[in-house]
Amino acid sequence: MNLENIINHIETVDAELPGRLNSRRQIFKSFAGMGTKLALTAVPIAFGGLLKKSYGQTPPPSVVSVLNFALLLEYLESKFYETAVAAGPSLIGGYRDQLAIANIALHEKQHVKFLQTAISSAGGTPIMEPKFDLSGGGGSGMGPFKDAFTNYGLFLAVAQTLEDTGVRAYKGQAGNLKGTGGILTAALNIHSVEARHASHIRQMRVNNNFAAFEKLKPWITGKDTGGIGALVEANYKGEDLTNQAGVEIVNINGKQISFDDATESFDEPLSKEEVTALVTGFLVK
Amino acid sequence: MSKNKQPGPFAAADGTGNLRASRRRFLTLTASAGLLVTGLDSCNKIRDYLPVPGGGGNSKAVNLGSGDTGILNYAYALEQLEAAFYTKLVMEAYSGMNSMEMSRLTDIRQHEVAHREFFKKALAKDAIIDLDFDFSSIDFTKRDSVLATAKAFEDLGVSAYNGAGSLISDTGYLLIAGKIVSVEARHAAYIRDLIMYGSFADNSVIDGNGLDTSRKPAEVLAIAGKYIKNKINASNLPS
Repeated sequence: MNLENIINHIETVDAELPGRLNSRRQIFKSFAGMGTKLALTAVPIAFGGLLKKSYGQTPPPSVVSVLNFALLLEYLESKFYETAVAAGPSLIGGYRDQLAIANIALHEKQHVKFLQTAISSAGGTPIMEPKFDLSGGGGSGMGPFKDAFTNYGLFLAVAQTLEDTGVRAYKGQAGNLKGTGGILTAALNIHSVEARHASHIRQMRVNNNFAAFEKLKPWITGKDTGGIGALVEANYKGEDLTNQAGVEIVNINGKQISFDDATESFDEPLSKEEVTALVTGFLVK
Repeated sequence: MSKNKQPGPFAAADGTGNLRASRRRFLTLTASAGLLVTGLDSCNKIRDYLPVPGGGGNSKAVNLGSGDTGILNYAYALEQLEAAFYTKLVMEAYSGMNSMEMSRLTDIRQHEVAHREFFKKALAKDAIIDLDFDFSSIDFTKRDSVLATAKAFEDLGVSAYNGAGSLISDTGYLLIAGKIVSVEARHAAYIRDLIMYGSFADNSVIDGNGLDTSRKPAEVLAIAGKYIKNKINASNLPS
């Protein structure tokens, strides 16, 4: 956690902060005093407390709202996998698949708890878990994914889409967390876990013969949905970008890098608005 | 190539070139931190001219540089390592490699080469040299040896990008790091599944909060150093 970055960032949005802090040295000292002995779960509390002390109230709303947006997505993923675990062998074929889904379910639950704690301790209010319609029907229960918990192929297809979209959502928020030090690092540490999940779910679809290995890889090729089709095309829109920060990746520097290689090498972000539009069907209106 | 121009060490973090503001902040910071910082600063300068303990002097060390340039060179060094490793891996094709493995591992080589070349082009004149690698500890004919190394490199790469994110000033480069790290995490999960199916995100890399690992540049370079022949000077990287 880079406290100096956090303070610098806050200074850019709050010119009066330095006056509120007794001195930089004191805040560094009080942070250093916490040491590295704190349990990991205590870190968000310690961090939040420090911010709150300086402000006497809540920190700038943007960081809390970014974390609440992440929390909404984690609630959704957690509910989705919890429902699958409850369905058990009637849905999930084979012991090793059941273990994998249980492992992912645990991570999503941990993410929910971590974000709730981080938001509260930063002086914000974590949003409550909304009512979800996992069929994607906006509350009708009759959406396109209504058979996801009886049809394993459909379940894994939705899981793949949720994970890939989650990766894109976190990536899209990285810039909004710039300068928050430990909060940005925590978000990145969640982001790469979601990418590990996405990779494994894609391999599960191959290993269960829902997709051929040449057609579905652990990484995203172009804007391909991996055979899921029109229903989720919007979730993969823009993944076919080949120009990164002004640098064209196809055949870069004379190396044989194909369009597929170039698009697989870089995952693309989605904005909060884009992600919200994609998950709105899962929310009960 | 609007992102090709690297900000100098005193450029404002927001890229506006507001030199006066960032200079003022710098002065305020050093003033309030007092003599301690000044003292450390001179130590660093002296140390730069002293030989590295156990090494043949610092004059030939590859200097990553400072600011975002330093972080990009740090990533460039790691991508050079990964690209060289997978190039050799695919060329030597361990015994028993099946067609799916060959296809996927070739993909990964392509991704690492693309990453390496991206950094080379983005850094342009500020790019470090081509590094030399020592893979003598790896038996490229044996699946176990090769995949164990691949797993170590991928997990290390994920932790390196996760740890570097907060050290990046430019929002564009932070996003690029984010675009690459999730691909490295996809690789890591796949390689782990090749070694033991289901180990894509086990508790050797994911903690009790469901968070992946992040490492500071010094920790990463200490691990990667075993495979890099060149001495790397990372002392000017942001921290």
